[in-house]
Amino acid sequence: MALLEISSLGKSYGKAEVLKGIDLTVERGEILGLIGPTGSGKTTLLRLVNLLDEPSTGSILFEDREVSGRPEREKLSMRRKMAMVFQKPVMFKASVEENVSFGLRMRGRVDAKEMRGQTKEALAAMGLSGYESRDANTLSGGEMQRIALARAWVLQPELLLLDEPTANLDPGSAASIDRLLHSLADSRTAVILATHNMQQCRKLADRVAVLQAGRLVAVGKSEEITLPW
Amino acid sequence: MEEIYSGLLRALDLIAARDPQVVEITLRAIFISLSSAFLAGIICIPLGGIIEFRQFWGKRALINLIQTFYSLPTVTVGLLVFLLISHSGPLGGLNLLFSPTGMIFGQAILVSPIMIGLTITALAGVSTPIRDTAKSLGATEMQIIITVIKEARVAVMAAVLLGFGRALSEVGVAMMIGGNIRGYTRVLTTAIALETSMGNLELSMALGIILIFISLAINLLLNRFQGRKEWRS
Repeated sequence: MALLEISSLGKSYGKAEVLKGIDLTVERGEILGLIGPTGSGKTTLLRLVNLLDEPSTGSILFEDREVSGRPEREKLSMRRKMAMVFQKPVMFKASVEENVSFGLRMRGRVDAKEMRGQTKEALAAMGLSGYESRDANTLSGGEMQRIALARAWVLQPELLLLDEPTANLDPGSAASIDRLLHSLADSRTAVILATHNMQQCRKLADRVAVLQAGRLVAVGKSEEITLPW
Repeated sequence: MEEIYSGLLRALDLIAARDPQVVEITLRAIFISLSSAFLAGIICIPLGGIIEFRQFWGKRALINLIQTFYSLPTVTVGLLVFLLISHSGPLGGLNLLFSPTGMIFGQAILVSPIMIGLTITALAGVSTPIRDTAKSLGATEMQIIITVIKEARVAVMAAVLLGFGRALSEVGVAMMIGGNIRGYTRVLTTAIALETSMGNLELSMALGIILIFISLAINLLLNRFQGRKEWRS
C-alpha cells in the first residue's frame, strides 16, 4: 500500500486550471523529486496534499484514506502526520526554540523536558545548536530555512513536503540543506521535494515527477528522465 | 484670563499636594476604565478573531456596522445600559445601577465596537503565510486564532489601550449609570462636569490636567508600541 495515492487530481482558481489530471503515488521512506518550471503547479500540488486547499477534481488517498471533503477534525489528524516547509519560510515572533517546538506544542502530548530535548536534537541535526534562545526573526534566510526544516523534522512526520527549500539560498546554505535532506534517505519519512533544479533531484530523489503547465508529463528514475525544457 | 491663570495655579497646587479628593477620583476613574477595557478585551479579542477567521454571510456588513459604532454617542450607550440594568429592566435583579460594577459593564459595552474592529484590522494584517505555517504544523482552528493574535499582539494591545482611553474620557455612561455619587461612582469626567457647573474651577482644572496627562501617557505608550512594531518589521 502506497503512503500517498493521487488520482485524476485537478485544481482550478476561477477559470484558471492550475493542475490537470495528476496521477502519482509516493511510497513510505521514498524521496520524490517534483520538478517543474515556475508556475507549473508544484506549490499548488503540495498545498493540496497538505490539505491546505481543497482539490477541484480527483482524489488523494493518504494511508489508504480519502482526504478531501472530510470534516476538519479528520483532516487535522491526517495533516498532523505530515509537515510542510514553504519556499519562503516565515518565523513566528518568538525564539528559535519556540519556533521549532511549535508543532509539538500544538499536539500537546509531549512534556516540557522531552520537548526541549527533541528541539535541541532537531536543531543539532540542522547545525544550529546554541540558537535556542535567539529571536528567530533576526536570523539569515539560510538559517530561517534550516529552522523551518527543524520545525517540520522534529514532528517526525510520515510525509515531509518541501517547497523549493533551497531556491532563495546562497550555494553554501543550499549545500548544507542538501546534505540534511540526503541524511533523510535512511529514515522512514517520505519526502516530496518540489524544485526546479534537476541536479538536486538527481542527487537526492529516488524518483522524479515532472510537472509542466499543470500536467504531469513524466515520472521515473532521475536518470531516465529528460526534461522537456 | 487672570481667573483662568490663577485657577490653573491653584489646580497645580492641588495636584502637587496630592489632594485626597483628587487622588481618590483619579484612582477610581483609572480602576473603572481599566476594568472595563480588560472585560471588553477578554470578550472582544476572541470575538474579533472569530469574525476575522470565519467566513459567513453578511460578514462585510457586520464589520461595517461595527466600524459605524466606533463613534456611538456615549449617552446612547448610557441609555441602553440604563434600560437593561434599571430595576424594571431584564438585568435589574443584579443591582448594577449607580454602582462601579454597572459603570464597568456600561463602559465595556461602549468600547466593544472599537476593540472588535481594531482587533479585526490587527489580525487581518498578519500575513497568510503565518496562518498557513501554523495550519501545516498541525494547529487547530482555535490554535491558529491564538497564534495570529500573538503575532498581532502589538496592534491588539493598541486596541485595548485605545479602548481604555475612550472609557476614561467618556462622560455619558459614567454619569447615567454611575450617577456621579461622591466617594463611590464619581470619576474624572463626571467630577469635572459637576465642579464646573458649581463654579469650582480649580478642582475642575486639576482633574482636567490629570485627564490630559493620562491621555498623553496612553498616546506615548501607543506610539512606543507602534514604534517597536515598525522597528521589528
